Amino acid sequence: MLKRVGYMLVTLFIIATATFFLMKTLPGTPFTNADRLNEQQLENMKAKYGLDQPVAIQYVRYLANLVQGDLGMSFKFMGRSVNEVIFERIGPSALIGFQALIVGTFVGLGLGVVSALRHNSIWDYTSVTLAVLGMSIPSFVFAALLQYYLGLKWGLLPPALWKGYEYTILPTLALSVTVIATVARFIRTEMLDVISQDYVMTARAKGLSETGVIVKHVLRNALIPVVTMLGPLAVNIMTGTLVIEKIFSVPGLGEQFTLSIVVNDYSVIMGITLFYSLLFILMVFVVDILYGLLDPRISVRGAKAK
Amino acid sequence: MYEPILSVDNLHVSFHSQNRVVKAVRGVSFALQKGETLAIVGESGSGKSVTAKSLMRMLPAQTAKITEGAIRYDNQDVLSFSPRELQKLRGKEISMVFQDPMTSLNPTMKIGRQIMEGLAKHEKLTKSEAKQKAIQMLEMVGIPQAAERIDAYPHQFSGGMRQRVVIAIALACRPKVLIADEPTTALDVTIQAQILDLMRGLQKQTGTSIILITHDLGVVANMAQRVAVMYTGEIVEIGPVHEIFTRPQHPYTKGLLQSMPRLDADRSEPLVPIPGSPPDVTRLMGGCSFAPRCPYVMRVCHHFSPQSTSLGPEHQVSCWLQDRRAEEMRRSFCS
Repeated sequence: MLKRVGYMLVTLFIIATATFFLMKTLPGTPFTNADRLNEQQLENMKAKYGLDQPVAIQYVRYLANLVQGDLGMSFKFMGRSVNEVIFERIGPSALIGFQALIVGTFVGLGLGVVSALRHNSIWDYTSVTLAVLGMSIPSFVFAALLQYYLGLKWGLLPPALWKGYEYTILPTLALSVTVIATVARFIRTEMLDVISQDYVMTARAKGLSETGVIVKHVLRNALIPVVTMLGPLAVNIMTGTLVIEKIFSVPGLGEQFTLSIVVNDYSVIMGITLFYSLLFILMVFVVDILYGLLDPRISVRGAKAK
Repeated sequence: MYEPILSVDNLHVSFHSQNRVVKAVRGVSFALQKGETLAIVGESGSGKSVTAKSLMRMLPAQTAKITEGAIRYDNQDVLSFSPRELQKLRGKEISMVFQDPMTSLNPTMKIGRQIMEGLAKHEKLTKSEAKQKAIQMLEMVGIPQAAERIDAYPHQFSGGMRQRVVIAIALACRPKVLIADEPTTALDVTIQAQILDLMRGLQKQTGTSIILITHDLGVVANMAQRVAVMYTGEIVEIGPVHEIFTRPQHPYTKGLLQSMPRLDADRSEPLVPIPGSPPDVTRLMGGCSFAPRCPYVMRVCHHFSPQSTSLGPEHQVSCWLQDRRAEEMRRSFCS
């Protein structure tokens, strides 16, 4: 267990280092009118943000702050720390991301189960086709379509902005498409695999009803591997929010991230990158633990004394 | 004299896939008496397992079809059963033990619960009664510390132990018929003997009839009173074990026995294999399906299927050599 935490910290350190040096290779400066500033002003600005120091020193300072949980000051927003910026923007992102994950998982689950139980029927083909479409078409295309039809043409839901709960629906839907498709396909494959297992025959031979067999023996075993998908799916949603939030003008972390990249707000870019990485690493960790709890064959070392 | 508990009459099963039809079982008939063990032997693909699964209607509904014949359990027509009636039959009246104990238990369910499931369904026991019964079953199949082991998962058991658990599941509701589909094939030889001993002992206690599917003639000799020999979906010979082993009448049965090593045989004598391999069941021609491999083949064998001939009250064989007319032919030919 401790070892796992150690690995997580090492991973974070590597990510922090990589982002830091990558950032240094970015062209341009964070200052809005760099070419109109004179030498002296530029020097002053650089000194203020510590940019006049050698890269190595900047790096050490950055790490030292990082260890204390301080991601630095924003270049763009005067006098505001990156921590504050992230904290302020995380709400809407978390809300639509979480909703998309829930909606996606359950709708995907339904589609996948129907598909597996009606294997090779019209239901199966329809759901597989939808799943392939959902996986291959990027979510921003769906976002644009949803925005145009549901938002503008039929006027059912607000097409953009963030003024109430109904404003979360379209971004959630757009984000959940990939999740639905991935989960549906995965569940279908898993269920078809489990259905042909001998122990399902044993269960039938006991005289259990078909529903009993499916719920108690097939679904449970088919769902366990799906838990592993939650990690990659969460990443998918995180990257999805970058574009989706822009499209729907959601004041979330993703939108902030794209904005910061445009204006070279180094510390915010690094901060958000690290924040996303941390989320992902935590997600993987939680998934591993969950897996160990769900599948008796696997025990996370140290988590369960044998 | 006896009353059959289960009888199969002229059973035909075929599998449909895309544009091919495989006739896996072609006209199988037999009757299982109360308390007896009937072995079904044959090589892979001879239709033994398909026959066994069709007895409980356990074949995959989408591909397999029982096209002809009748299955009667306790004077009821199993083929006309509704799903609900089938559920009452399975586990309660007829149970099944499968070949591979490594895969026939649910890996994520405690073994106690896997035993209790059937009990809850058929016996209407309370939870604690079912638990008691499950512990009792585990003790009966020889699992030590049963009271603790019911909370174990299958992966914590060895192959032989798992097969004991599978047998406990199958026998939990005291079924009248147990179908064992190669119950020892996946086990070590020493464990095989233990499991067979166990099954014999339990049969004595409970009076269950057993249909034992195997390709191991040693197992047959150990366990069964009667044996049916299957080849390409047909029973070519059926009779009491001692009769089949001492006086096999079908050339295929003879071949099987000759290809088996014996302790009392001269070691310098080589084993005699059956030449050739079983035909592709999708392309069966008319006539006896063993004809291409048969050392005693006659012209008639290639054109007409032999009918079943009785060689005694319990011994039947399907071979032209045993046909009444073969005798006449030989006589007229010799005179």
